[in-house]
Amino acid sequence: MKGIPSFGKIKQRRETSLVFLILLLLLVVTLRSPGFVSIKNLQRIINDTSILVMVSLGQFFVILAGGIDLSVGSIIGFSGMAASMLNEAQPTLPAFVVLLVGVLIGTAFGALNGALVAFGKVPPIITTLGTMSIFRGITFVLSKGQWVTAHEMTEAYMLLPHGNFLGISNLIWWGVLVSTVLYYVSRFTRSGREVFAIGGNKTAAKFVGVSERKITMMIFTISGMVSGLAGVMWTARYAAAVNETATGFELQTVAACVIGGVSIAGGSGAVSGVILGALFMGIINNALPVINLSPFLQLFIQGAIVLFAMLINTLSEVRRGKKLLQERLA
Amino acid sequence: MPTRASGLLLFQGTRPAARRGLRVPIHKEPALSQPLLEVKHLTKYFPGIKALDGVHLTIRSGEVHALIGENGAGKSTLVKILTGVYFPTQGEVLYEGSPLVLRNAIDAQKAGIAAIHQEASMFPELSVTENIYMGHHLTHPKTGRIDWRKMRTETQKLLDELELDIDSNTLVKNLGVAQRHMVEIAKALSLHAKVVIMDEPTSALSLREVEDLYKIVRRLRADGKAIIFISHKFDEIFEICDYYTVLRDGKYIGEGKVSEASIDSIVRMMVGRSLDQMYPKRNINSGRTILSVKGLSQLGYFSNVSFDLHEGEILGFFGLVGAGRSEVMRTIFGIDRKTAGTISLDGKEIQIRCPSDAMAHGMAFVPEDRQEQGVILEMSIAKNITLPQINPISRFGILNRKKEKSITETYGSKMEIRAAGWQVDADTLSGGNQQKVVLAKWLATNPRILILDEPTKGIDVATKAAVHQFISDMASKGLAVILISSELPEVLGMADRIMVMHEGFLQAEFSREEADSDKVIRAATGNASGGGVA
Repeated sequence: MKGIPSFGKIKQRRETSLVFLILLLLLVVTLRSPGFVSIKNLQRIINDTSILVMVSLGQFFVILAGGIDLSVGSIIGFSGMAASMLNEAQPTLPAFVVLLVGVLIGTAFGALNGALVAFGKVPPIITTLGTMSIFRGITFVLSKGQWVTAHEMTEAYMLLPHGNFLGISNLIWWGVLVSTVLYYVSRFTRSGREVFAIGGNKTAAKFVGVSERKITMMIFTISGMVSGLAGVMWTARYAAAVNETATGFELQTVAACVIGGVSIAGGSGAVSGVILGALFMGIINNALPVINLSPFLQLFIQGAIVLFAMLINTLSEVRRGKKLLQERLA
Repeated sequence: MPTRASGLLLFQGTRPAARRGLRVPIHKEPALSQPLLEVKHLTKYFPGIKALDGVHLTIRSGEVHALIGENGAGKSTLVKILTGVYFPTQGEVLYEGSPLVLRNAIDAQKAGIAAIHQEASMFPELSVTENIYMGHHLTHPKTGRIDWRKMRTETQKLLDELELDIDSNTLVKNLGVAQRHMVEIAKALSLHAKVVIMDEPTSALSLREVEDLYKIVRRLRADGKAIIFISHKFDEIFEICDYYTVLRDGKYIGEGKVSEASIDSIVRMMVGRSLDQMYPKRNINSGRTILSVKGLSQLGYFSNVSFDLHEGEILGFFGLVGAGRSEVMRTIFGIDRKTAGTISLDGKEIQIRCPSDAMAHGMAFVPEDRQEQGVILEMSIAKNITLPQINPISRFGILNRKKEKSITETYGSKMEIRAAGWQVDADTLSGGNQQKVVLAKWLATNPRILILDEPTKGIDVATKAAVHQFISDMASKGLAVILISSELPEVLGMADRIMVMHEGFLQAEFSREEADSDKVIRAATGNASGGGVA
């Protein structure tokens, strides 16, 4: 019996209910618009959601340790702009070098966040609120307010997300790669498990020798790194680098985590939940026009979903506590 | 009654040996061997405080060594040095005869020193396996990948060895307090610890769970581990420990064999004087019924609780942790909502929807956790004391400073709060003085009914006596007092009547005359009742 999860346990898991919820959502939308659940359309939705999946997984590590990263949108904006401008200025430079530069910029920005939190002892929410503005600000300084548009980008650059392999777009493969690596980190590396420890009980983590500084540096660096990658993907995919790229995107990443059952207090959550949470957001975003809801409602609906998911998280905790108590009294 | 006078003896009824001679031969003496761990002249300064001042401690393999001292005596500091959390200012730690430098928790782990902490320091959202291996996960030698299967089998082996019925995959948040302790012990074993430090391991355990813990402690001793056992409860020390070391005010006072000591001799070492009179004597003159509670229930916490409270009476509430005592009082005071039952004051039914309703009816509630619920650490003593009365002492929304000062002086000096002045912040005070601030605060509201939840928990013996004296004085003046306590001697020594709760129900009621520790403990553990209500 031991080690094999019973059906009851599977039923209790957030991932299971999310899968059902997503299926239900697909069903409802299909009733309104039969073409919605075609292989092609689903592929399109997953493609659209890949960037959200990556960045949400970075956010996941930060939230898991009890922090939050509000600067992901601005990091995407800056690294995307910097990579696009490099591509424009040096069209002969191979695309993967440009990609690497974008990733490195994101990594450096993430490390800066990490250093401010780990060594400067500035709370994560304040640190990243500050850097959110700073990174966005220097994006404008760098671009002098100008855009980089499709005809200024090289073919190779735009193929980074747009190419395909085995009939599946590169962007999806990038999402799969990031998911696999971060799943492995969270499950099978010591540092990954130590993130759970820091978020679950800081004092206890210290007692077993977990270095809070190291973990803090690591999570913000990971978040910055995937945001840097996402920046390159974003600009190449939409064939435009604008100064407002990914503004407000941090909300969506937090939403994906909360919907995926990640505790905002830290210490619990899983990569699988976050991926499903991001897909759920992606389907909602794609379904709105299909069911004739104004895209202007998108922000409103996103916010409402976050609050609703949060309510469910808290209520289920309360109910679990009551149930435990009643079992004790019974 | 010599046992009651000694006061500190807990659960004496269930431990006949401890009652008879206060000397308990437990097992054959371990041969004097080379000490496993020696602490010499250990000194630790914090800014302004000498937390440890030349402390000695000698521990041998296969012994259970009690570390005894009041709160603030330096036990925790010593433990923190041994586990690498603090670094000593002076002195040395010898391990098997050679000096040991403990710079961090990892050093201590490597040296084979493991502590099982007072407030279980665990990761509630993670599995038992991972709690045991956090910080030293087992990995595949080649890939560095965490080896979950191996960790699980090893954990199950450890749990089986300790005869614990716990699945290694269970999340720790789903375990009870006792089981968590056992998991912590398993963790120490997984680290191949040779020295196991247990800091008040029984404080949250039921009697049966304590027996299970003793079993494991004995097994560890038989395996040649050295155990440092920190406890405030003398029955435990006499039951399980072989040697003891006493600290007082950060200084080494003495050590010896437990079998050659008595409670009196140890108490004298702890407090520097003998404590023959712990509880103030008082003429009971309880008057008419003031508060009457009938059929009070709160779903999932307690049900059908009925009792009367008289003027000038001290009504004790005893029970194990989780019996529902605090919840009853929180409900009466309007913090939680009742699901059934009535509360009457002076014969008239009253509705209490929030704490200010209760305060308007002349009730005051001193909660259990004074740091979380009682004192506001960032506020001055004066502000703390006058907090419940901001309305009465201000006019048109402006605080009357003069009034604030006079109230603070009256009640602050009545409680003998020791502080540099009334304007210093509460966080500069010792635990005992903080508790006095909380008491002064509620006293200043001139209550008719005073509810005290564990008023002497975690404060030193001298302050304890002051608090007891204060409670007696108040009751003599006609105040009705409800005293919740988990310390049996305190309830037996202070209360005029004792209500015993067990798992949400009133199990029994005893008058002062008919109560003894045996009956009360039986009722509290749900065994055959001896009293009226059942």
